[in-house]
Amino acid sequence: MSIVQVLERLGHTVDYPEAQTCCGQPPFNSGYWDEARTVAERQMAIFRYAETVVIASGSCGAMVKVFYPELFHGHPREAEAKALAAKTFEFSDFLVNQLGVLDVGARFRGRATFHDGCHSLRELGSKKPPRQLLQHVQGLELVEMKEAETCCGFGGLFAVKFPMISTAMGEVKCASIADTGADYVISNDSSCLMQIRGVLDRQRKPVKTLHLAEVLAQT
Amino acid sequence: MNVYAKEFNASACRYTADLRHRDLIQKALAGYYAKRDEFKGRFQSWSGARDLAAEVKWEAVNHLDRYLDEFVSRLEARGAKVFWAPGAQEAQDYIVGVARQHKVRAIIKSKGMTAEEIHLNEALEKEGFEVAESDLGEYIVQLRKEPPYHLVFPAMHLTRQQISDLFHDKLNSEPTNNPEDLTMIARRIMRRKYCEADMGISGANFAIAETGMISITENEGNARLTTSLPKVHVALVGIEKVLPKLSDLALFLPMLATAGAGQSITCYNTLYGGPRQPGEPDGPEEFHVVLLDNHRTELLADAEQRDALHCIRCGACLNVCPIFKNVGGHSYGTTYQGPIGSVITPHLRGLQDWKHLSQASSLCGACTETCPVKINLHHHLLHNRRNAVRARPAFLEKLVQSGFVLLMRRPAFYQFAARVGRIAQPLQRLIRGTFFDPLRAWTKTRSFPPLAKKSFRELWRERKTP
Repeated sequence: MSIVQVLERLGHTVDYPEAQTCCGQPPFNSGYWDEARTVAERQMAIFRYAETVVIASGSCGAMVKVFYPELFHGHPREAEAKALAAKTFEFSDFLVNQLGVLDVGARFRGRATFHDGCHSLRELGSKKPPRQLLQHVQGLELVEMKEAETCCGFGGLFAVKFPMISTAMGEVKCASIADTGADYVISNDSSCLMQIRGVLDRQRKPVKTLHLAEVLAQT
Repeated sequence: MNVYAKEFNASACRYTADLRHRDLIQKALAGYYAKRDEFKGRFQSWSGARDLAAEVKWEAVNHLDRYLDEFVSRLEARGAKVFWAPGAQEAQDYIVGVARQHKVRAIIKSKGMTAEEIHLNEALEKEGFEVAESDLGEYIVQLRKEPPYHLVFPAMHLTRQQISDLFHDKLNSEPTNNPEDLTMIARRIMRRKYCEADMGISGANFAIAETGMISITENEGNARLTTSLPKVHVALVGIEKVLPKLSDLALFLPMLATAGAGQSITCYNTLYGGPRQPGEPDGPEEFHVVLLDNHRTELLADAEQRDALHCIRCGACLNVCPIFKNVGGHSYGTTYQGPIGSVITPHLRGLQDWKHLSQASSLCGACTETCPVKINLHHHLLHNRRNAVRARPAFLEKLVQSGFVLLMRRPAFYQFAARVGRIAQPLQRLIRGTFFDPLRAWTKTRSFPPLAKKSFRELWRERKTP
């Protein structure tokens, strides 16, 4: 709901088509592209008439923006996939680069570090926007961790297919988070946050995980 | 699961639990990152250099026929013998044949991953030839009878103490923790071996079409001695190593050094163009170049992944890969470790046997971001996964994926599943992490966040109808 609150506070009309489900990334990443296409076609139909689609996760955002065109390459619905990709934006990228907003009028007290989700960082090339937004939050102290750009180890089904590697990566990430002495770790990707929270909880570390929108919604 | 995948999993389990290994690799790479970034900064534009390098390699790889012909004809004009090896066996047989013909007793060898790829040392040793590695790192892993850990830093997994123990054990040397002393121990042995060897084997970093020369870049000077002292020099070269022009080295030598080792340029960069010419005081009497295909042309035929042939074997993708850093180089069980290995090994050694390496990735893309020749590495992992499924879908996985699609096409099913999850989650706590826990792959090492009491959809409806 935080993302809706922020967008409405900025004067936008938000709709949530209730028929939507998943973007299709799980089968796509597993190599089941036909199955992924079936799921993707459904979302393409649902969002056909939307002016702009804003996604709260860099990972799902990358799926629609980067991988839909590849998934439908040479397919009769390629143009439709590209059209949806063109009007789809990850939340922070949308605020900063489409709306030109840096200060959303948020207040939040605490020391926080930001985790770059790999899809957001490397597929969408969005390193600065979330930080620019956080720097304008009143009361928030943003500290960089050494391994900010290092993968948290989630990687979808990878996390359960190779739990030992995934957990080791999570431990490296969480050690770096703990080194900053931050109270919060913020990201624009819920799946990374689930992984980070899972490891932090198990290590009984007191750092809390928050989605970027949750911070920006606080006034 | 096939035997290679099982071995990978078992080894990955061992290494990921080994905190000493994790710490060692992190420390070893910290210096590399700092130097790499320093020397990247000396390029007028590193990203511009990457663009240019990718273009040059694209040109070379997409006109391989023309450039290879040019390379070979110029080499042959200077008296070099060139052998086109379709596969590993043919390359081995040829090199063994050259050794026999010259009644070779001892062989000295400089570093080359292509030789590792065709298991050249084993083939030569089986025929009774003694082969000594002259690169210090390679010499160390040879003494340990293990494959290189990393395609550029073969012994990066070892501490000075371990190397001292190894030398003490195998060479009877005095224990020492001083790197210079350790180097001197190896050097004294190596100098003798250069003089004894009657055949030198090298790889090549680049093959220059314009001049018909191979370029070898190194830090120890061992390749220069390996190639110039013995009377026969054999260079084993992958066909993708070709660069169109000599001037291309002005870009590729500093780029390889920067990306590969965090150096502005390596200590020795030498071009070799043939055997000793009339009037020349030194150089080998015979110079053989073995051009190795070994499934590279199959990769060339794959338009989607052809850019994997751009690889200059700098190892930069290994150095940034969180998988590599946690599972270590030996877990892969391949000649080429890390992201590039996961991409090309299925092409070189069979997709079904090696597809697990493409799956063992979180697809973070750090490899693609760092690759100096801009290979789309992590997307190729996705392509390998897709190709593997297309060729042979796993029954159970296919069933799960079809079930997922069904769930995602019917929001009512999807909502029902979420509701079941919310009810079942408190019960799951009783069996958490045990054999009966369906989520144990996750919950054994990580906690699972409590599901929200209300779904977004429910909150959205409440909001719309106050």
